[in-house]
Amino acid sequence: MTIRRRKELVRELEQRSFSADASAENPGAAENGAKEELASQIGEKDGIAERMLRMCRQNKLALVSAIVILIIILLAVFAPLIAPYGEAQQDVINRLQGPSLKHLFGTDELGRDVFSRILYGSRVSLIVGILPSLIALVIGVVMGLLAGYFGGAVDALIMRLADIMLSIPSLLLAMVIMYTLGASTINLFIALSMINWASIARVVRSQTLSLKESEYVEAARSIGVSSGKIMFRHIFPNCIPSLIVLFTLEVPSSILSESSLSFLGIGVQPPAASWGLMVNQAKQFLFTQPWLSLAPCISIMVVVLAFNFLGDGLRDVLDPHMKNS
Amino acid sequence: MKQIVKRLLETIVVLLGVILLIFIMLRVVPGDPVTTLLGEHVNQQTIDRLTKTMHLDRPILEQFFLYVGGLLRGDMGQSYKYNRPVTQMIMDAFPYTLALAIMASIFAWALGLILGIFAAVKQNRLPDHLFMGISLFGVSMPVFMAALFLQYLFAFKWKVLPLKADGSFLSMILPAIALGWNSAGSVARITRSSLLEAMQADYIDTAKAKGLLGRAVILRHALKNSMLPVITMMALQLSSMLSGAVISETVFAIPGIGRLATSAIENRDMPVLQGTVIFTTVIVIAGNFIADILYSVLDPRIRKAA
Repeated sequence: MTIRRRKELVRELEQRSFSADASAENPGAAENGAKEELASQIGEKDGIAERMLRMCRQNKLALVSAIVILIIILLAVFAPLIAPYGEAQQDVINRLQGPSLKHLFGTDELGRDVFSRILYGSRVSLIVGILPSLIALVIGVVMGLLAGYFGGAVDALIMRLADIMLSIPSLLLAMVIMYTLGASTINLFIALSMINWASIARVVRSQTLSLKESEYVEAARSIGVSSGKIMFRHIFPNCIPSLIVLFTLEVPSSILSESSLSFLGIGVQPPAASWGLMVNQAKQFLFTQPWLSLAPCISIMVVVLAFNFLGDGLRDVLDPHMKNS
Repeated sequence: MKQIVKRLLETIVVLLGVILLIFIMLRVVPGDPVTTLLGEHVNQQTIDRLTKTMHLDRPILEQFFLYVGGLLRGDMGQSYKYNRPVTQMIMDAFPYTLALAIMASIFAWALGLILGIFAAVKQNRLPDHLFMGISLFGVSMPVFMAALFLQYLFAFKWKVLPLKADGSFLSMILPAIALGWNSAGSVARITRSSLLEAMQADYIDTAKAKGLLGRAVILRHALKNSMLPVITMMALQLSSMLSGAVISETVFAIPGIGRLATSAIENRDMPVLQGTVIFTTVIVIAGNFIADILYSVLDPRIRKAA
């Protein structure tokens, strides 16, 4: 089925559910039947795993990206086995050498092998990309559920806080946090978790708002299920598809933030290797040894690009309603 | 009108929240700012005097109100390091950042619209995939990467543009492209999808039935109606653009707001960092507010609803 056809179906489905809401008191059986038929046509009835498999079949780019990400994760995990040299192993006589068979990407100002450092650096970059996104996801889900489910003052408070976080340019907010906590990898986790939760909370809140009105939640409430259980057992599972998409797109933005902060010298600190930090150290040799900057830059871009392609592909199958965001 | 007033009030609440948040964040910093500033070996008198002029002896809430009061008079305090008014330092730096952001936006709009329109017209054909690939490259490329490689190629290798910014128009071209590259990708993606959506509308069929040529239909009818999301998008881009400006200014040595913020971190110069972050956020919030108003002015459907 072409993308266009699916989009039409989605629109039709949305309009129908809209009109179904309007005439909620007397929902026609035929209309509901048509709605379900449409839903199964665009695959909304399938489970998450089935939809992901469909993505792999239909969207080659997303499949390739997933494989690339997997390879990079494996390289990061087995870095000590694969890397020909140690992370900080110096060879000052052979410093600032161009790419060769001995040193695939050349050597830096201390004679360290750039290829090995890229491998070790991928550990920092990936962990900084993934872990803060996970923490942000947890905070965002809890905040969004609370705001959407309870409404009123709780909602107003949480959403104003989210507005505040979102209106400060993310890099500057991270800079303020790093200034206060001091530059280190752990503090980078904290800063990146703090800047990313707000957008997730917004999405979860809006989904909670509509799910809260659904019949099954009403039924659960009427038989006395507790609020916490309704939120996490009944509403949260329905947010999972969107959350997978959001998470996949959050990772590259965290990686970019980390590399920007490290590039400015207020992120990961030497002697640890991170791709952003490597560019920071290589930029003084930009005109004489450009490959020193090239290798970490390309690495960042490949990872970010792969996550973006995968996120786009996942959005098409998991969350077709969420467009352009 | 009522809508605008309500929106304005919300904006002011968020603005105060931003100031309070940054204020608190910068004050939980470990260590006494006075000792950081003067070092360990100063007499108690100097410490007391400085503590007083910086209002550090007052409760934090009172400090906050003193600061907001100062802000309303355009006073953001004194720099620890340079002993100059922060407001003046920001006003000296702002024109550079403004020029950079405007040039980057023009570049992003021009490139993004062209790529987006072409991709939409040739939907699902080679130019579409190619241009969308390029845009995703743009979105995925860190600002410092674009900046470094533009600098290497155009300033160092081919020597067509200046290496460092000296305030001239020519010297701002590379920093602006490096900064706008990112947004160009986003503009292209959003232009494409909203143009595709607009082209499915009934009035497009009408226009085609009237015998209008393809190009006229797209430019006169579809494009006009698909520009709203792009405008919102650009307002949202303002925030990431000011983030990116920090990087672009660092690479090209532009004495703008971003450079001021990074040097404030290096110097542990809290009032300057606080001032630049608050100033930048005020611009972002004002930009979003204006975009909101513009949105309702441009789209009669929203105007009527409000």
